[in-house]
Amino acid sequence: MSADVSVRLAGLALKNPVMTASGTFGYGLEFAPYGDLRSLGGIVVKGLSLKPRLGNPMPRIAETPCGMLNAIGLQNCGVEKFLRDKLPLLPHSETPIVANLYACDADEFAELAGVLSGAAGVAALEVNISCPNVKAGGIAFGQDPAMAGRLAEAVKKRAGSKPVWVKLSPNVTDIVEIARAAVLGGADALTCINTLTGMAVDIRSRKPRLANVIGGLSGPAIKPVALRCVWQVCRAVSAPVIAVGGISSAEDVLEFILVGAHAVQIGTANFMRPDMAFRIAERLPGLMEELGIESLDSYRGSLSS
Amino acid sequence: MGNFGACRDVSILSVAPCGPEGAAHGCYLLELENPGLGPAAAGQFVMVRPERFGQNPIWPRPFSICRLTTRTLTLFVQACGRGTDILCGLAAGDKAALWGPLGQGFALEPEIPTVMLAGGVGIAPFVEYAATHPAPSNLSLVFGHRQPLSCYPFAAMAELVGRAEAFCEKTPDDLPVFIERLDAVVAGAASGLILACGPRPFLLTVARLARKYSARAQVSLENRMACGVGGCLGCVEKNALGAYVQTCTEGPVFWVEELALAEDA
Repeated sequence: MSADVSVRLAGLALKNPVMTASGTFGYGLEFAPYGDLRSLGGIVVKGLSLKPRLGNPMPRIAETPCGMLNAIGLQNCGVEKFLRDKLPLLPHSETPIVANLYACDADEFAELAGVLSGAAGVAALEVNISCPNVKAGGIAFGQDPAMAGRLAEAVKKRAGSKPVWVKLSPNVTDIVEIARAAVLGGADALTCINTLTGMAVDIRSRKPRLANVIGGLSGPAIKPVALRCVWQVCRAVSAPVIAVGGISSAEDVLEFILVGAHAVQIGTANFMRPDMAFRIAERLPGLMEELGIESLDSYRGSLSS
Repeated sequence: MGNFGACRDVSILSVAPCGPEGAAHGCYLLELENPGLGPAAAGQFVMVRPERFGQNPIWPRPFSICRLTTRTLTLFVQACGRGTDILCGLAAGDKAALWGPLGQGFALEPEIPTVMLAGGVGIAPFVEYAATHPAPSNLSLVFGHRQPLSCYPFAAMAELVGRAEAFCEKTPDDLPVFIERLDAVVAGAASGLILACGPRPFLLTVARLARKYSARAQVSLENRMACGVGGCLGCVEKNALGAYVQTCTEGPVFWVEELALAEDA
C-alpha cells in the first residue's frame, strides 16, 4: 500500500502537497522540458500585475551562503497576456494553476482579482502583500495588520468562487497578528513565508551587489525562519497554511507538514536544478513509507513537545 | 511533452589543467559524460551543478560548450570563485547535474569571412565554432589574454583556422594597444561577420567598434544566471527598445544592434 499524499486545501484537491513558488518557476512552461507539470500538486506562476512591468535594473540577483538575494522588481507580462498566451498552454484541468497577484494599492488588487475571477483555468489567487502600499506612503501592506486585513477583504470580494491565499511577509514584528488579520479579512489560506529582506556588498568596488541595494533572501538559509513562522501561524489560525522557504528535499516537505502545514511550495531550489520540484514530488511517497507515515492528514501537526 | 529528461546526472570523466602552467593559473579543461545532449550550436551553453555543491553555493554554473562529441562534453573553466574552485577540484567519477544545450548560439555563415574576437575564458565557444565550421579557412581569431597562452585552448584552434593572433595584456598599459588592434581588426572585417565572447568591458568595446564601422557583430554575454532556463529573470539585459530580455533564453548571443549595451548597464 502506498502512502496517501493527497491534500484538501481550501476547496482544492491536490494530488500531492508539492507546488512551486511564485517567481521561481516562470509561467510553468519554462520548466516543461524537465518534468511532467501534471505531476505537481500545483503551480503558482510568476507574480502578475494589471499592466506589464519592466522590473528593476541589473544586477538583480546575488548569491549568498546557502541562498540568494533577488530584486527582480516583479517583471511580468501583465495579466492579459498571461491569460491569453500562457494559461491555455498549461495543464490547468489536471493541476491547479494559481495566479500570484501584485499591485500597489487596494483598488488595483481588487481589479486584478476581478479579472482573474473569470478565468476558468485559474484555481486560486495568491496575494503578495509584501509590496509597498503607494497610497499609504509606501509601507508594505504585509507589515500592518489592519491593511493586510482590508486587502484580503478587498480581493476576496472580487475573487468570485476562487479561493484567496494571502502570502505573508516574515519582515514583521509578529507574523501571527498579520495572519489573524488576513483570515478575519477573508483569506481562505495563508502562504508562509515570502523572502526576508537583506543586502550584500562588495568590499572592493564598494558597491551593493544588487542595483536595488536591498533584496529578498531565499533558499535553504531561511528554512529555520520559515519553519518557525509556519509553526506559529498554524497554532494560531484555523485556515490552512502553505509553507514556503528553503525547501529542497522530500525530508524538508515533511518537516513543514509536521509543524502543521497543509502543502508546500518549492522556490529557490528550482534554480538548483530545474527538475527539483518534480523529483521532490516523486520521492515523497517513498519517504513516507520508509517512515511508516500512512497519510499526510495523519502526520500533519503531530509535532510533540 | 513526453521527453522530460532534459536535466541529467552525469559523471565527470576528467579534470585536467590546460597546458603545463594551467594549474598555477587556475585554467582547467573539464570533460563530462555526454548523456545524449541534443544537437548544439556553437555559442550555446550548459548549466552544471556538481553534487559537491550541496546547498552551498546554491546556483549551478553556466558554461559555453567548448567541445561536444557524441561521447563527451568539454568545458573550459577558470577557477575564480567558490563555484569554479569546486568544479576545478572535482575528480573522475564525481557526479554533476547537467542540462542544456541552452540559449541561442552564434550565427553560422560558412562562406562569409568571420572574425572571432575572444577575451580570456571567452575563447571557449570558439573552440567548438572552429571545430564544427564547414570552412574553417574563412575564420580568423584575435585572442586577448592575461595568463600564459598555453593556459588556453589556443594552439589547436590556431592550426584549424585561417589566421590566429594572440595578444597578452601583461600590464594595464597594454590595454589601449589591444583596443587599437581591435579597432583595426573590426575596421578590416566590417564587410564580414564578427563574433565576440569575453568579459563585459571587452564586449562593450567590440560593440562600440562595430557601431563605428557599421559591422555586423554578435556578442555573447556572461550575465549572472541562477537557473539558465528562463525561470528567475535574474540574467536580463536591456535591449535597444529599453525592455529587458533574458540572456539565458534569448541570448547569450545577441546582435549588437539588438541591445542597448550602455557602459553602465
